[in-house]
Amino acid sequence: MSQVFTKAMARNIFYGGSVFFILLFLALTFDTIKVLPERDNRANLTEKVAHGKAVWEENNCLGCHTLLGEGAYYAPELGNVYKRFGESKEAIKAFIASRPVEGIPGRRSMPQFNLSEEDGRAG
Amino acid sequence: MLQYKSQAVAKPYFIAAIALFIGQILFGLILGLQYVMGDFLFPEIPFNVARMVHTNLLIVWLLFGFMGAAYYLVPEEAETELHSPGLAILMFWIFLIAGALTVLGYLLVPYARLAELTGNHLWPTMGREFLEQPTITKVGIVVVALAFLYNVGMTILKGRKTVVSLVLLIGLVGLAVLFLFAFYNPENLVKDKFYWWWVVHLWVEGVWELIMGAILAFVLIKLTGVDREVIEKWLYVIIAMALITGIIGTGHHYFWIGTPEYWQWWGSIFSALEPLPFFMMTVFAFNMVNRRRRNHPNKAAMLWALGTGVMAFLGAGVWGFLHTLAPVNYYTHGSQITAAHGHMAFYGAYVMIVLTIISYAMPMLRGREAANSNRSQVVEMWSFWLMTVSMVFITLFLTGAGILQVWLQRYSDDPQPFMVVQEKIELFYWMREVAGVIFLIGLVLYVISFFVGQRQPEASAKPLPAVSPAEA
Repeated sequence: MSQVFTKAMARNIFYGGSVFFILLFLALTFDTIKVLPERDNRANLTEKVAHGKAVWEENNCLGCHTLLGEGAYYAPELGNVYKRFGESKEAIKAFIASRPVEGIPGRRSMPQFNLSEEDGRAG
Repeated sequence: MLQYKSQAVAKPYFIAAIALFIGQILFGLILGLQYVMGDFLFPEIPFNVARMVHTNLLIVWLLFGFMGAAYYLVPEEAETELHSPGLAILMFWIFLIAGALTVLGYLLVPYARLAELTGNHLWPTMGREFLEQPTITKVGIVVVALAFLYNVGMTILKGRKTVVSLVLLIGLVGLAVLFLFAFYNPENLVKDKFYWWWVVHLWVEGVWELIMGAILAFVLIKLTGVDREVIEKWLYVIIAMALITGIIGTGHHYFWIGTPEYWQWWGSIFSALEPLPFFMMTVFAFNMVNRRRRNHPNKAAMLWALGTGVMAFLGAGVWGFLHTLAPVNYYTHGSQITAAHGHMAFYGAYVMIVLTIISYAMPMLRGREAANSNRSQVVEMWSFWLMTVSMVFITLFLTGAGILQVWLQRYSDDPQPFMVVQEKIELFYWMREVAGVIFLIGLVLYVISFFVGQRQPEASAKPLPAVSPAEA
């Protein structure tokens, strides 16, 4: 880089650019948070749903699965599991409850998490 | 030979980093095998536990590396002893013990039990990717980070203030501040994910690039003897590009989590520019080496310094761009393409920059003048090539797996279920595992390089042909 472009100019681009884009990011964040209530179905966010999120977290489900595409890629996405299981909560609960403790020989297997009835309903 | 006695505190940090690196790779091999032999180590070490150990060890050893780098380079930049070497050593042990206890917790008790034992319900922060640590461990990380920043900050305050140490400090402060979002875990999943990325994305595609840039600049000043003014100008431009593209680039994670559609535009456009800072790092490193004013005897460190720019550009830049545009990401999101990118990006940018500073600093930390013996350097350079080439292949095989996965599972007229597709692409997972074994061999050689040629004389460098000031 030639002498025309000085270190002071480079420094100003760094500070100016960073501050500008941090502010822009905060503005976009502010707008996102403002419009989220119209998009995230928060009216359906019951205590049971919150409990379900805790079950998901405290059993480290994302260590194998994805949720909305984020997590590990060892086991199927869970955002669409209800649809894939024929829209049957009972089928999902039965699947989770029936995982063999010792796994399935030669195959990937979900651990037996011994979820309580209450956790199962929420999860 | 150290310029400042207190730089010696970097040594245990580097040793711990390498030890945890070995653990990370062993668990990586377990995971790779579990991809093809589903019942391997089941139920003793299920996949989710091994993965948590693999990713958490990576983060912790890179943090050890960053802290070691700071303790080594800040006294030299500030031209003064570290504010408190004792505090640095105390924090080393606290961090190491907290890290070891956390990993043992992952391995010895079921995760739900660990959550219960550590009172996760009081302040739930566990069970989110990369932030799986118990809340108490997270508090420990904050304490260590604060003590570390205090120590490094005080050193810079009392000494010479250079651009390198300032940029490093901004990066490290950013790292600590953004980590605080790990404590925010709302019940609303959209908001949870939105702010989770403030830790994860704004670390690796934001402030960590400042840390990387500062370490690279420091090493290049030392290795090439190029005027500090020139290098610092480059550094400013690189980190300016990193933040200008990377901050709004966060939007590439806001395509499909319930956030407004405009993020598809912001995210696509700005993250398409994110390869720029990494490309500039590559040009920077090669340019400085070409304009070097001396030949440095530590050729291995030079190799790492050149390699990290190239591999970061490929892994973070090119492989990131591959799937960052919203219409592409619609199909590739959360597939093996993401895994391919993650592996080479972390290796190229952050593993290699830490290995660069270790390669540069370790000879002095162990009492050498400037470099290891030729024999030791040859082994180290072999390990560079084995690890780097095998990582390229790991990435290529995962990319192959990812393309097939996306096609069979999402793109074709007759999409097939996840597990059916996983079995069809098994061959790629086997090849990835073989490449992983070669990576481990490279890592073993890396460790061996510290123990060979100890009694041999230091490598020497040919002096550059003299040039008149006019030509220079």
